[in-house]
Amino acid sequence: MTVLHAQMALFLKRLFRRRLVLLAALILSVLVISALLAHWVAPFDPSVMKLVRRLKPPSDVNWLGTDEFGRDILSRIIFGARASLGIGFLVVIFSMGIGTVLGLLAGYIKTLDAPIMRLADAMMALPDILLAIFLMAVLGPSAGNVVLALSIVYAPRVVRVVRASTLVVSALPFVEAARALGVSTFRILRVHILLNIASPILVQATFIFAYAVLAEAGLSFLGAGVPPEVPTWGTMIAAGQQYADDAFWVVLFPGLAIVMAALSLQLIGDGLRDMLDPKLRKAL
Amino acid sequence: MTTPLLSISHLSKSFPTSRGIVQAVDDVSFSIAAGEAFGLVGESGSGKSTIGRLALGLITPTAGDIRFSGQSINGLSERALKPFRRQAQMVFQDPYSSLNPRLRVRDIIGEALDTHALAQDRRDARIAELLDMVGLNASHATRYPHEFSGGQRQRIGIARALAVEPRLLIADEPVSALDVSVQAQIITLLQDLRRHLGLALLFISHDLDIVELLCERVAVLYLGRIMETGPTVQVMKTPRHPYSRALLAAVPKADPEAPRVKRLVAGDIPSPLNPPSGCVFRTRCFYAEGPCASDRPVLAPLDAGWQSACLRDPLPEHE
Amino acid sequence: MGGISDQSAFKQDAPLLAVDTLSVSFRQEDGVSTPVRDVSLTLHQGETLALVGESGSGKSVTSLAIMGLLPRPAGFISSGKIRFQTRAKQTVDLAQLSFDGMRQLRGREMAMIFQEPMTSLNPVLTIGEQIAETVRLHLGLSGRALQTHVKAQLDLVEIPDAARRMDDYPHQMSGGMRQRVMIALAMACQPSLLIADEPTTALDVTIQAQILLLIDRLRRETGMAVLFITHNLGVVAEIADRVTVMYAGQVVETAQTVPLFRKAAHPYTSALLSCLPARAKADASGLRRLVPITGQPGVFGKACAFAPRCPHAAALCETHPPELELTDGGAVRCLRWRELA
Repeated sequence: MTVLHAQMALFLKRLFRRRLVLLAALILSVLVISALLAHWVAPFDPSVMKLVRRLKPPSDVNWLGTDEFGRDILSRIIFGARASLGIGFLVVIFSMGIGTVLGLLAGYIKTLDAPIMRLADAMMALPDILLAIFLMAVLGPSAGNVVLALSIVYAPRVVRVVRASTLVVSALPFVEAARALGVSTFRILRVHILLNIASPILVQATFIFAYAVLAEAGLSFLGAGVPPEVPTWGTMIAAGQQYADDAFWVVLFPGLAIVMAALSLQLIGDGLRDMLDPKLRKAL
Repeated sequence: MTTPLLSISHLSKSFPTSRGIVQAVDDVSFSIAAGEAFGLVGESGSGKSTIGRLALGLITPTAGDIRFSGQSINGLSERALKPFRRQAQMVFQDPYSSLNPRLRVRDIIGEALDTHALAQDRRDARIAELLDMVGLNASHATRYPHEFSGGQRQRIGIARALAVEPRLLIADEPVSALDVSVQAQIITLLQDLRRHLGLALLFISHDLDIVELLCERVAVLYLGRIMETGPTVQVMKTPRHPYSRALLAAVPKADPEAPRVKRLVAGDIPSPLNPPSGCVFRTRCFYAEGPCASDRPVLAPLDAGWQSACLRDPLPEHE
Repeated sequence: MGGISDQSAFKQDAPLLAVDTLSVSFRQEDGVSTPVRDVSLTLHQGETLALVGESGSGKSVTSLAIMGLLPRPAGFISSGKIRFQTRAKQTVDLAQLSFDGMRQLRGREMAMIFQEPMTSLNPVLTIGEQIAETVRLHLGLSGRALQTHVKAQLDLVEIPDAARRMDDYPHQMSGGMRQRVMIALAMACQPSLLIADEPTTALDVTIQAQILLLIDRLRRETGMAVLFITHNLGVVAEIADRVTVMYAGQVVETAQTVPLFRKAAHPYTSALLSCLPARAKADASGLRRLVPITGQPGVFGKACAFAPRCPHAAALCETHPPELELTDGGAVRCLRWRELA
């Protein structure tokens, strides 16, 4: 049995014991799948306006009601998921990409440690949203720039986690053995260290996904994120604010979507962290 | 006189720590001829493991010279050091963390071959040969380290070291983490490998019995300095230095009928941050006198290849 | 040290500790395992018994069972008795004793020291405070009497400058010193039984020798019994009066130290002795070599656990599980022991 088989079997066994994590994973899957299959799942076209049906409360026609232009909220949420979750996902990819490389270098090469970490510390000294707003002001509003800005904001977190794990693994004898053999630094980082720090990185990825979804919503709500024409959960809340007193569903449901996505991601992250780390080492 | 395979002269290494400077290795010199087995014995803080790593170029010395077949490795860059990696390899103490858990055995050994472009056209066959040499078989190549016992993992580590065809094997406490019966298997394996491959061995250990069995010559270390060095038979049977005597007296003998030692050395090993002045062993030595606190003893010859660093040598006979 | 004084005296007194066909099991994720099966051993006052075995032999689990320190709820005693003679001259079965009952005995009459003193001592309390805690609990002393007793304990274990060192924290002391503190903690209430689980394995050779001497001196001065668990046969030879050898969770041999080292009755014991470098004999070419035990550890036979690796295994050994038979001065678990003697 390969290491992967053994780990996955144990992992699934533990996953099924934790009902909350299972539920979270289920909710997240529903969100992701409906986002991917939006055209088939959504009952209405999200951009079709029916002014005669504007600001209608939830009914059996529009399950979650309609917004100020008569557009079906449920359909907008489903399509909005594409943007919100999509942006979140891309932020994870880019921040983990940059962060992992920098973290490996900081952890393994002593001379690079100080400069990289001072940079990361400096960036983390600023509150995430402020830094994001600043970057967006410089870059200009667009979905792509939101991805870029948030990737920059969250990369330092990844650097920290990766560096910490790298420090631990670098001290293990098999890394020393590789050095004694004359293996190149690049290969040591790629094969010996990276493969052995996968668990904490994975956990960190789920947390960043959650933060990115929340941050995008916040930015869009503040008008500093995606342009208002693009439907994301954040822009829906921004646009619907003024009607909130009379038609609360216009902001409640996008808000709930954000909460569910972020919460389930965090629960999954917590669960993963418990399931993956020290117990798996015993299995090894 | 032939050039020794490994020649260490006046080697020193100090580490700066938050609490001061630790002199881990202090003016150590010895050499190993091709095919010879040399033991480094000592307790905690003796510097024996540090010497092993210095010899491999894993850390750089503060002073002194390290030569392989006459060629110095001092100050060489990683790239320039690479050919020397084929001269000597290391076997590590902990079988549970000296193999990358994510790699299969064939990749662990294969990496050694690939790094030095060895047997590239017959990689699998060569891996099988190496596994066979250490008492494992070819089918083990596809497995992961966690599927093996401690002794087997140690064998894999030895196979990895042998892959680059070194002339010297540096073994840093290679059996300390293993059960007695498994220790015997690995020790026997090392003896066989030495015989078949003409391998030289630098055996670092605190276990005097194993060193006596395996090594022709030995150096006894205390707080980074050599106290006594010479042919194993002489140093172990008739030790001249007070520390060698103390160490040998303290080792438990597997013979309940052997006469009991009457006097054991007292006190703890001093901290390497603050070693005693003059002779570092004087704080626990039965024979220490005034000059021992101010003068540092040098290794003085007792017989062919046998030296001891003690101001009061020759001491009264064994008690 | 470990003198083979009057053997007959041991036999006349009832044993302080008599473990009788003890089996210990663990509930795990995938079922129940039984790492200790049918273990019997006896220990008399003033005697040192070495419990010897390699990894997986069950020696540590046995000692934890005796002390009532098995990890709960996973570990439990599945059968057998552990008869202990208390100071009040009563014989109790520790296997049946309640949690509170064991608590009363632990520290007072039975004590244990472990391999790793750093993790057995509380890092945030000074060593003086830790010893005081035990003394206060079991002997009810306080104030000046308490301080005096604590200092006396530190003197007992030969810690120099005890009055000052009482205020040291564990991390300020060396490994050997910490082990002495552990011993002082164990001895604080003059127990009649001391269980030492590999107490010197993590120590340097010269320090190990001091600690062994200390334990032996304390045994002679207080008359306590010592159950010394180790895998190091050299240590056994130095300090034990009698030896019990374990393999695969069972006792395979019990004997007095000298006869065991001269000629062991069980093939595993002899094989283990042949693995000692000090006992390596010269082969035909004059080179000293060891005779390792063949096969892999962890491969056990269905009847006799050692059969797959035993140089004297017969066909019978694969089908008939050997019982522990009493011999002259000990016990052996081997079908062929008489022929091999």
